[in-house]
Amino acid sequence: MKGEAPKQELEQNQEHEKLAREKERGRKEREEREKSEEWRVRKEKENRETKEGKQETSDKKEKKMKLSLPPEELMGSGHLACQGCGATLAMRYVLKALGQKTALCIPACCWSVIDGPFPYSSLDVPIFHCAFETAAASAAGLKAGLEMVGDTETTVVAWAGDGGTFDIGIQALSGAAERNDDILYICYDNEAYMNTGIQRSSATPYGAWTTTTPVKHFKKRPKKDIDAIMAAHRIPYLATASIGYPEDLYKKAKKAKEVKGTRFLHIYAPCPSGWKSRPEDTVKLARMVVQNCIFPLYEVEFGEKYTINIRPREKKPIDDYLRLQGRFHHLTEEHIRMMQEEVDRNWERLLRRAEAS
Amino acid sequence: MKKVIMGNHALSWGAQLSRAQVIAAYPITPQTQVVELLSEMCASGELNAKFIKVESEHSAMAACIGASLAGARTFTATSAQGLTLMHELLHWASGGRMPVVMGNINRAMAPGWSIWTDQNDSLSQRDTGWIQFYCASNQEVLDTVIQAFKVSEALLIPSMVILDAFALSHTYEVVDIPDQTTVDDYLPPFNPPVRLTPSEPHAFGGLTSPEHYFELRYKLQKDMEKVPALIEETGREYERLFGRYLGQVEDYRCDDAELILVSSGTAGYTARVAVDELRDAGIKAGNLRIKLFRPFPFERVRHILGQAKKVAVVDRNISYGHHGIFYQEVKSALYGHDSHIPVFGFITGLGGRDVTPETFKEIAEAALARDKADEDIIWIGVKR
Amino acid sequence: MNQKQQKQKKKAAKIIFESEKDVPLMPMSVGSMLFNKTGAWRNIRPEINLAECIQCGICWKFCPDVAIFIENEFPVINYDYCKGCGICAEECPTKCIAMVEERK
Repeated sequence: MKGEAPKQELEQNQEHEKLAREKERGRKEREEREKSEEWRVRKEKENRETKEGKQETSDKKEKKMKLSLPPEELMGSGHLACQGCGATLAMRYVLKALGQKTALCIPACCWSVIDGPFPYSSLDVPIFHCAFETAAASAAGLKAGLEMVGDTETTVVAWAGDGGTFDIGIQALSGAAERNDDILYICYDNEAYMNTGIQRSSATPYGAWTTTTPVKHFKKRPKKDIDAIMAAHRIPYLATASIGYPEDLYKKAKKAKEVKGTRFLHIYAPCPSGWKSRPEDTVKLARMVVQNCIFPLYEVEFGEKYTINIRPREKKPIDDYLRLQGRFHHLTEEHIRMMQEEVDRNWERLLRRAEAS
Repeated sequence: MKKVIMGNHALSWGAQLSRAQVIAAYPITPQTQVVELLSEMCASGELNAKFIKVESEHSAMAACIGASLAGARTFTATSAQGLTLMHELLHWASGGRMPVVMGNINRAMAPGWSIWTDQNDSLSQRDTGWIQFYCASNQEVLDTVIQAFKVSEALLIPSMVILDAFALSHTYEVVDIPDQTTVDDYLPPFNPPVRLTPSEPHAFGGLTSPEHYFELRYKLQKDMEKVPALIEETGREYERLFGRYLGQVEDYRCDDAELILVSSGTAGYTARVAVDELRDAGIKAGNLRIKLFRPFPFERVRHILGQAKKVAVVDRNISYGHHGIFYQEVKSALYGHDSHIPVFGFITGLGGRDVTPETFKEIAEAALARDKADEDIIWIGVKR
Repeated sequence: MNQKQQKQKKKAAKIIFESEKDVPLMPMSVGSMLFNKTGAWRNIRPEINLAECIQCGICWKFCPDVAIFIENEFPVINYDYCKGCGICAEECPTKCIAMVEERK
């Protein structure tokens, strides 16, 4: 029937229009809701819940992330360090503490390569790549030059490995410390010449395998006590630090920044490639080494005042620490016992020094 | 202002007038007076500079390089063992384009210990990319330090101002010390195109692959080639302001000379006395004193020696297994240009053995007696 | 993206010198290493289970490659640069980060 069809159509049209209006209203309301922050956060939470298929308590999701270190980064990604490199963590934390007004003198070491080749650099601070044994002297010259051209604020840092500090660089370091040149000398210690392929340095601990102290002739001499040497120079501030305790390292770098004169930071930085440890254990090793007192964290001011920063409630035996590193796997019970005695002796000596000051 | 000063102090005055800003030096005989006077000048305020009393020459050059990178004008001084200890860093300063100026007192290399003059120490550094000036008078030393800063900073290439141990370093001569204001006009403050500063962070001297190293060193050589022309320009400007021309070489009675002696350092002035005596005896002699050794003044050497009938090069040094070093360089400069001129190579005065006008007369006689020059070293003064 | 990140993004490109005239006078850096996507080094990758995450920030803190960033109060892995070292998984107090085989 002709008359009915149009009526049906009209009704249908009216229905459609009504639907469309409702759709429109619904859309507007949705928009209003979405504008509100609260709703958005709640929606995200719901999305996550649906994704994971689990229910969460509401108060947990409102939690803000509280970082123990400032979020600004002066070190970028894309650098050439091995997986799990301790030296990069050391640099990351130190730069957070020192800030943009920093100049680094980097002698030959892992970081000469990690930073990236010419014409690139992964750091947001200027770097003077200097000759191997000259870290402290180059930094002293750089600081003097900067002051003469009117920049008295920039912190000049000599950033060297253990080889460039304990061995070939010790003369320049001693000279600068004796003159009390206004530089911050930071040694990141991975206990061998890692950049050139794991050769022994005087920072290599007793018992370690390196390519120049193979298992049949493993290193029989103890690790050189660079902190005692630096304390003997009576510099205003020196400290040991570990990447397993980043907040402590950050605090010490910040403190060192404010002191005038030669400051020395000795940072323990595990190297999975050279120590034959798993890359994921890097931070764990850096923590264990403090807990078993092989590498205690302490500060010395003017060679007199010793302050121990962390006294482990329970001094752990060194076995677990040694077991995690392939470079110690050849050691016998006897060797480990001797090493444990040495660690105990050194710890006792440090405790006595701290008491006496 | 005229003063009677020793050669070492002429270096100190040169650095003071040039307003050096950072000085890092280590004592070594016969350089000690240079740094002693500079220390006093810093202490009294005559010189506004930081003096870093480093613990070795190696650290001295390292500190100078660091300071130069920061944009400061740097100066140091050393000799023999100290210079050779710095060898690694000499390459660093030139490759890094840091215009450090260094005074070097030519002293014989040990063993045995010798404090007397000999050119082997600085000549064994000829490949390091440093400009080298061999001076013959205290006045020249002072003037050359100021010119060296100007040339070095314009082209960003380090330079050495070299003088003989005791013969010049400890000899007192009358020196006209220029006034500060005019020196300031001649030598403006150091203003490098790039310097190390946190406001514009760069990494200087990072790992450089074969992809890039070649071009960097090509650029250094190209800039080295601009040095002779710049020395002429700055030397003429110095003459306008102070009345003394500072060139690449100094020729004495060479215009109509048939036998030209080629010498350097204080021996270069002794040669003039010999030339006069030879002329009196009827021999048409002349003397070419080479002052600029690196880069080698090819054009000047070819021009002046081109008219001679014989050339006698006098070396106070030796490259073992070859010949005297000035001899080799002069001969190779003439090859293809005036190869028909016989060049005789003489070695004398090593380890500070005295070089007198008699020595030069003996050299002249030996050159005149021979028609052809063979490759052999003609030793003068060795007890055989 | 803040100004610094924009600057970095601009510099994150491979640099080619056509002639010696383009090469700087002394060997000095003119760009960042961000062009180098070290994510290609991985053979295992970390995956964070956000439901278990207690937002302590420890994984962010211990990443040697700055490959963990914070977004909306939660850690996010930047797979362009993560080298798969596993420190984040090892240090996470609730063990909510799993190291899984990298998909090829």
